[in-house]
Amino acid sequence: MKEMSRIVKTVTNFVYGFIIIFGFYIIAHGHLTPGGGFQGGAVVGSAFALLLVSYGSLNSKKFLKEDIFSLFEGFGLILFIVLGFSGLGITFFYNFLANSGGWFGDTAVIGVNPGDMNTGGVIPLMNIAVGLEVLSAFGVIVLTMARGAEFTKKKEKS
Amino acid sequence: MIGNLPYVAVVIFIGLGIYTLMFKRNLIKIAIGICLIENGVNLFLITLGYRKGAIAPIYTQAPSGQIMVLPTPQALTLTSIVIGIATTALILSVAMMIYKHYGTLDTDQVRRLRG
Amino acid sequence: MKKIIFGIAFIIFFSFLIVSAINMRTFGEPTISEMDDYFIENAQSETGANNVVTSIVFDYRGFDTLGEATVLFTAVVGVVALFRGVKK
Repeated sequence: MKEMSRIVKTVTNFVYGFIIIFGFYIIAHGHLTPGGGFQGGAVVGSAFALLLVSYGSLNSKKFLKEDIFSLFEGFGLILFIVLGFSGLGITFFYNFLANSGGWFGDTAVIGVNPGDMNTGGVIPLMNIAVGLEVLSAFGVIVLTMARGAEFTKKKEKS
Repeated sequence: MIGNLPYVAVVIFIGLGIYTLMFKRNLIKIAIGICLIENGVNLFLITLGYRKGAIAPIYTQAPSGQIMVLPTPQALTLTSIVIGIATTALILSVAMMIYKHYGTLDTDQVRRLRG
Repeated sequence: MKKIIFGIAFIIFFSFLIVSAINMRTFGEPTISEMDDYFIENAQSETGANNVVTSIVFDYRGFDTLGEATVLFTAVVGVVALFRGVKK
């Protein structure tokens, strides 16, 4: 697909960093505010789609590569499965870090309270794993379809 | 005053989706119809779990002394939305490969298998 | 001729759906809610998270989330496999 005009490229240069940071904020605070892994991953994935649309599919091959996205997607899924198996002393998917004083292990105040980031047990780690998988899945799907669309258009012209 | 208006809106969504599936012949319009049916079902799941005058089920800085909405249908709808994304991505990819092989997107003309 | 038969069948089916949507139970009064009352009472003391929906998705029903992550991964593998023959 062709690239867009100079105004669109200038605004994209300014805005796409803020969209990525906002997406990571939604992923990281998933146990306190509305949001979580899937929603934040979709926001970061839409930043990659914005880059692809405004620079054209030929120019964006210089800074968006499919191999790195595919690597991160497999890494996110493996991290999720390892977190599920590590509580296997009691049951599958057991929250072994909640209320224990360890890594994410403070106890929460019962009732209405301003949130404490250190609570939650194994839930923030699962949020990060699923968020990493969803944003790489968006990147791979959008880039592969753009590469395929170039090929089908060439057949119609010949 | 509202009555059963959310359920009627869900039925209009699903009815429009089934109309597009039955009466249109272009492959991209059929993909839009499937997407409409899926979004109608997700809306139906969320409106089943509402209590009158209640707030969202989150404890961070919530106004005190109020009842909360049922949280379980919202958790099931999250899974259903992601499955909708997977279905739409695959059906659009198959439509692109059909266009590369046959040269047209009309379902009345892609009936014969060609080698 | 086929379109007329399809049209009559669609109108009959649609009228069934509209009548059943108007006669459903009143909007905003769920009848059975013991499981959700237990979740709202005890999610903060057992898991330590303020967000009840996230603790249901990742702690009380984590197995469904594993199935959903697998479905997303399989869809990406399917899309990449379809576009494999394109030389670039």
